[in-house]
Amino acid sequence: MMRMRRPSAAFWLVLPAMLLMGVFFVLPIVASLLLSFTDFDLYALARWDHLRLIGFENYRHLFTDPLFFRALTNTFYFVALGAPLSILASLFFALLINQRMVCGQGFFRTVFFLPVVTTLVAVAVVWRYLYHPRSGLLNYVLSLLGIEPMDWLGDPDWAMPSLIIMAVWKNFGFNMVIFIAGLKSIPRRLYEAAEVDGAGAFDQFRSITLPLLAPTFVFVVIVTLIGYFQLFAEPYVMTQGGPSGRTLSIALLMFEEGFRWWNLGYAAAISFVLFLIILSGTLIQMCVRRLL
Amino acid sequence: MKPLNGGRLLAHVILLMAALFTLFPFFWMVSVSLMTVEDMALFPPPLTPVHPTLKHYQVLFDELAMGRYLLNSTLIAAGVTMSSLFINSMAGYAFAKLHFRGRDGLFRLLLAMMVIPSQAAMLPLFLMIKQLGLINTYAGIIIPGMSSVFGIFLIRQYLKSVPDSLLDAARIDGAGEFRIYRSLILPLSKPVLVSLAVFTFMGSWNDFMWPLIILTQEDRYTLPVALANLMGEHVQDPQLMMAGAVLTILPVVLLFLLLQRYYLEGLVAGGVKD
Repeated sequence: MMRMRRPSAAFWLVLPAMLLMGVFFVLPIVASLLLSFTDFDLYALARWDHLRLIGFENYRHLFTDPLFFRALTNTFYFVALGAPLSILASLFFALLINQRMVCGQGFFRTVFFLPVVTTLVAVAVVWRYLYHPRSGLLNYVLSLLGIEPMDWLGDPDWAMPSLIIMAVWKNFGFNMVIFIAGLKSIPRRLYEAAEVDGAGAFDQFRSITLPLLAPTFVFVVIVTLIGYFQLFAEPYVMTQGGPSGRTLSIALLMFEEGFRWWNLGYAAAISFVLFLIILSGTLIQMCVRRLL
Repeated sequence: MKPLNGGRLLAHVILLMAALFTLFPFFWMVSVSLMTVEDMALFPPPLTPVHPTLKHYQVLFDELAMGRYLLNSTLIAAGVTMSSLFINSMAGYAFAKLHFRGRDGLFRLLLAMMVIPSQAAMLPLFLMIKQLGLINTYAGIIIPGMSSVFGIFLIRQYLKSVPDSLLDAARIDGAGEFRIYRSLILPLSKPVLVSLAVFTFMGSWNDFMWPLIILTQEDRYTLPVALANLMGEHVQDPQLMMAGAVLTILPVVLLFLLLQRYYLEGLVAGGVKD
């Protein structure tokens, strides 16, 4: 009855948000695809009529560019090692904190969550000094254990693992809070019933906790993958992509090509490949969820 | 559950060690920021300053325009937060409580957009901001951040639980939708607005890549951009950099500790969804 009047109000209420998102997000995404088919560079930035359509030339260049290959490998390395490690750490501490016998649950939750809210750039600065080969505290602690000092960020083989350790430390609290909420939503009577049936702790975990936590798990995996594929500030602040390109990420390469060398067409192609990677990762996860 | 004493002890030992490991970088950051050059040269490296000094903080403010960066960060984060509260709550209300054609389809589309990395939009967005003449301005950062899918989603989830009868009663009294939004919905959604405000403020405060692209002159730098820039020149001065890190982190940590209930509730509301 009253619906006649509502649509126009709804329209005006939704309009500002949709307009902003359309103009400052959807439009640039579409434009990014178009941009990737041009040779937009410093000259085009000065005069737009220097712009030429070059078809798939940027993409062809991309797949023969050793730097892009490097960035691709590095980013996948970071995701493949960092995401499982941080999700496992989150799950482990969520399960531990959620035990009824643990006192100070709120305290531990707050402490573990603290790195999540802190500024990544500031944290990266702190860890860069922690990792310092001479004055860094990490090497000092290791020397007490009789381990030789290492050049964490300067060693090509250790630079990326160093970034991963920091990323796990910074991020595990986020997923932990999500996991705890997921655990709390599992009805307690299921465990009580299982206990009556004589199921042990491990059986309960396998046949109650894991299946009921599956939706939370898929959500956590998707969010973590999306975040980790966008690796940027850590290498920018801590290693500048070095040593010898071993921490150069896709986003960092895009930034350098686009905003240092002003090859915007080429950078757009890089960003579009990143988009496709994240999209396919998410779609795979969603299919997995459907199968579960 | 029947806790064995040994298991219980072990759980607490693991948690305490993990807590120490988590907090240690923060402790060390504060500690080093208060050390003198002589303290830093000692071996073994002291955990706490031997001769505590605030000199590095003074240098940051007096010689390196730290106050300016603090102001920039605060103004930008406040600007993004206020506009995002307003715009997202309006849209969230419409998506939760009003019927309009294509509502559910549009909402699903918005949710799907959440998987698109913002980096994929940055190059054309930069060209747009440049065309608008907003390079090196607060507006160049605030405007693209004014509305977010997450914000709309958060408000919508919260308002779903408001009974329709309440709104219908107001409508029968002759209140229009804007009036209902202003005098009924806004007061009702205070807790979720606080959640969204904390989220948005922190997100904006901590944001790095976009301000790095848009802010080209030092007097407009936000704290993270300034810190990354200082790192280039003052990498040999750990105490100074640590003091900068403390100042950058402190506001968000305080905000989180004060409002963590809202923050975590918002996070869970946005996370455990279906």
